[in-house]
Amino acid sequence: MTAYLAHFLVMVAIYSILALSLNLLIGFSGIFSLAHAAIYGIGAYASALAALKLGVGFWGGMAIAAAVGALASALVAIPSLRVAGDYYVVASFGLQVVMLAVFMNWTDLTNGHAGLPGIPRPNLLGWSIDQPFEYVFLAGFFALLTWAICRRLTDSAFGRVLQAIRDDEIAAQAMGKNVVLVKIVVACISSALGATAGSLYAHYITYINPSSFALHESIFIATLVILGGSERLTGPVIGAFVLLAIPEALKFLAIPDAVAAPMRQIIYGALLVLFMLVRPEGILGRARARPR
Amino acid sequence: MTAGATAAAPIMALQGVARSFGGIRAVDDCSFEVQPGLITGLIGPNGAGKTTVFNLITGFLSAEHGSIQFQGRELLGLPPHEVERLGVVRTFQHLRLWGKMTVLENVLLGCRTPAGESVLSLFLRPGAVRAEEARAHSRAMEVLEIFGLAARAREFAEDLAYPEQKLLSMARIFATDAPVLLLDEPTSGLDGESLQRIMPIVRRLVDHGKTVLLIEHNMDLISELADQVVFLHQGRVLAAGGPAKITRDPALTEIYFGA
Repeated sequence: MTAYLAHFLVMVAIYSILALSLNLLIGFSGIFSLAHAAIYGIGAYASALAALKLGVGFWGGMAIAAAVGALASALVAIPSLRVAGDYYVVASFGLQVVMLAVFMNWTDLTNGHAGLPGIPRPNLLGWSIDQPFEYVFLAGFFALLTWAICRRLTDSAFGRVLQAIRDDEIAAQAMGKNVVLVKIVVACISSALGATAGSLYAHYITYINPSSFALHESIFIATLVILGGSERLTGPVIGAFVLLAIPEALKFLAIPDAVAAPMRQIIYGALLVLFMLVRPEGILGRARARPR
Repeated sequence: MTAGATAAAPIMALQGVARSFGGIRAVDDCSFEVQPGLITGLIGPNGAGKTTVFNLITGFLSAEHGSIQFQGRELLGLPPHEVERLGVVRTFQHLRLWGKMTVLENVLLGCRTPAGESVLSLFLRPGAVRAEEARAHSRAMEVLEIFGLAARAREFAEDLAYPEQKLLSMARIFATDAPVLLLDEPTSGLDGESLQRIMPIVRRLVDHGKTVLLIEHNMDLISELADQVVFLHQGRVLAAGGPAKITRDPALTEIYFGA
């Protein structure tokens, strides 16, 4: 039971990192991305390959994952964010599709569908973190760190500029803000953070394959953000907690697996529609004036 | 350049600026100068190209010909944020306030906060960021005092009455410290009482060392507001000079009110 709970908490922490980092784009900058699962995958593969092929440890692997994630995002962001509007949705969708194809078909590197087994557990100063409850602390630490980084970014002059760009890009330009540069920077930060979640996942499960990083996963991460509440920093964390709890709760009902899996998708879909209709600001609701 | 007081060197000079949209020459061989420390009014009938001139100066539109010199620098070809950095900043006819942000935040976005806007220094130089933010806050409050909005600092911009929103649109560009302010119709849509509140504030901008170029639709207000007037018609400068000369010119008033 503790192992089960620990696993649940680790996954909540990993998805919190994904949702927090995606919300830098969706909630705070008004840029909708459908590539977050691809970024997650890039982080997982970069970190796993660094460990398996180069013998790089968890910490180095995570740094590589963040750098590769940021680079992949920059490649898409630099051409598409120069143009105002919704091009990034399409471009990010393209990145998602291309990366999944790479994970599946560059078999020399990724081993295709069969995936990469035997990814080592992290090692902290000689202490191998291989118990689920130990991993709760590791993943929890990174979730907290991600939260702190996002808070620093959004609760600052930089965050003010993000919001200004989100609400009126033309006005932001007129007021001397380099809108294109700021958008590219925030896309890279979001991806660097998202990629670290991939690294955590790869070294936790010790096995990765492309199915964890498909388009439906991108949509799932966006759902966490929207249901939790994209206007508040902790909204995505609540979203991750609630949406990961739903399938666990379903396990306690005596439903056969064949029914439970599609049922989960139906519940996610229904919840998304319901929230859009009844509470578009998400569970946590709208941020009001911050007295300062 | 036609006659007019050209004693001092101009702070900004447009020379033969042209821009067409399809077959329409919105701005055509447009040349005029803006004298430092004065309010220059840009007037002309609807479609004369006044807002297009603003868009050309501030980099929101590219020109086909001409040059716009500002303190020895060419503005044409620069993106909007670089024009602002050099010291020319504008308002919009439709204000474009950040409605879901507070009045204070709108003005803070005009204040210089390079450390707080840089991701690296946010994490590496927290002390400098904090000091800069504190300076920006007191500067923003000072600016809000000047515009009579200090009591509204914590309210959302969208909750202000229209005349106050107009003041806020000026306050936030005032906060940038840019020496040249371009005001797109600062008096449009205001009733008499609000005009009495806003006009003195516009007049006093020059006392704070600003140079103002403003678009004005109302011939009667231009003499009260502007020291110099540039009359634009079909994208060309028809006349420039003191407001009395322009408003009394029967040919110009004919163009303005006729047709």
